[in-house]
Amino acid sequence: MMKEQPVVELRGVWKAFDHHEVLRGISLVLSKGTTLAVMGGSGVGKTVLLRLIAGLARPDTGEIRLFGRNIERLREEHMLALRRRTGFVFQGAALFDSLSVFENVAYPLREHTSWSEGEITDRVHRFLSLVGLPGTDSLLPAELSGGMKKRVGIARALVLEPEVVFFDEPTAGLDPTNARVVGELIAELRSGVCDTAIVVTHDIEFAGMVADQMAILHEGQFAAMGTPGEIHSSNVPAVQAFLAGELLEN
Amino acid sequence: MTTATYLRVHGRQAAIWSGGLGLLTGQVMRNLALPPSYWRLVMQEVDAMGVRSVVVALTAAIFTGMVLALQSAVNMARFGAENYVGPVVALSMLRELGPVLTAILVGGKVASGITAELGSMKVTEQIDALRAIGVNYVKKLIVPRLLAALLIFPLLTILADFIGLLGGMLIAVLERHVDAYVYWNNIFYWVTVRDFLTGVGKSFFFAAIITLIGCYNGLSTEGGTEGLGRATTATVVQVAMGVILADFFLTKLFLFLFW
Repeated sequence: MMKEQPVVELRGVWKAFDHHEVLRGISLVLSKGTTLAVMGGSGVGKTVLLRLIAGLARPDTGEIRLFGRNIERLREEHMLALRRRTGFVFQGAALFDSLSVFENVAYPLREHTSWSEGEITDRVHRFLSLVGLPGTDSLLPAELSGGMKKRVGIARALVLEPEVVFFDEPTAGLDPTNARVVGELIAELRSGVCDTAIVVTHDIEFAGMVADQMAILHEGQFAAMGTPGEIHSSNVPAVQAFLAGELLEN
Repeated sequence: MTTATYLRVHGRQAAIWSGGLGLLTGQVMRNLALPPSYWRLVMQEVDAMGVRSVVVALTAAIFTGMVLALQSAVNMARFGAENYVGPVVALSMLRELGPVLTAILVGGKVASGITAELGSMKVTEQIDALRAIGVNYVKKLIVPRLLAALLIFPLLTILADFIGLLGGMLIAVLERHVDAYVYWNNIFYWVTVRDFLTGVGKSFFFAAIITLIGCYNGLSTEGGTEGLGRATTATVVQVAMGVILADFFLTKLFLFLFW
């Protein structure tokens, strides 16, 4: 049987800002059906890593393959077709502030499909219900709470039913109740809309809820990678320190 | 900071800025031919840039025409050449003041607006959100603005030229008692279509400079709201400087090509 191609593959990826090396030779493979949680303290380069994988930034050296295609030197115009197969949930939601909730979620559909208004409305309402926000169509982002914004951002990222979703700190800035709601939502998505994801977070409990693979980023490299069980039993000092709640800051 | 360090730091910043602007121009050129075309957005920009700037452009133009007529008529009267105030006003307006004043006034307003809008989208990650959705942000955000500017600035320049000439006529006729027929007759005798077209031709280049500076500064905004303020201020200054510098070189070029 032919081996299935990894969705995401990184080999020896380096990234520095103003001579400060954030990522130092990162390698990883994400297979279809896997949710990987990338954890680490503030400023260790988790978001940078996610942006590199999504093609929103370029590595200094190394190879990044998305759906089997090298993207590290791909022109923006050629990245677009690949990005339609991915979803990205931003830390601050990054909703279009002049558009209503409905128009935010409908945006990818209007750009990439020639669906009728009725089909678009049905799909948007389905995804707004999925994230627990039915009846919020006409609200503007400024009228939403932090948790609601995050959920609209998730609906927008999922509305085209992507093959892989990237979540950047989906629980950051949320109260425990909203964080749990978002966690349950992401866990629920795995059995439905999208079964492959990379979740960047510093929240261990949340990562345990949504991920079947974990990686701890420390000093620009993965200090450990494996199943949640393997990570919890790891005797790598940096991993133990992180699990003990000591911040890993670069 | 020593002079050498100051020059090195600012020289580096200027090189990065020029290089970035050049790269963006290349990207925009490449994207002009790519589908899809956002004509609805072009029309929105025409409204935002043009229709809402008409009053500013025309007010400046009519007063410039009047001042030109006042200054030239008073001085030309000393040589008994008051009847030739029309061609003086017309040549100044059509070749220089019409396109340059319109570009500086409307351009400053338009470009700072573009920088503020794109800059705030940049700092709130909305541009990255567009990219993540698979939208070509150059095609969606910059190309419509450039196309609208290429349409609007020549039209505003033509309007400003005409209103400037009318302003000149008002002063020449009402204050200096030059005959209106003589005013216009001398203009049509001495001013050629080439004078008019070189001014309008400049406005196309100014439109491109204004839009690209506004967009580049918006897209390269960093440092939150404080950075956004800095970028917007820089845009106004850079647009004015860009237009004035480009005007000199375009004048040299047009004189070389068409004179």
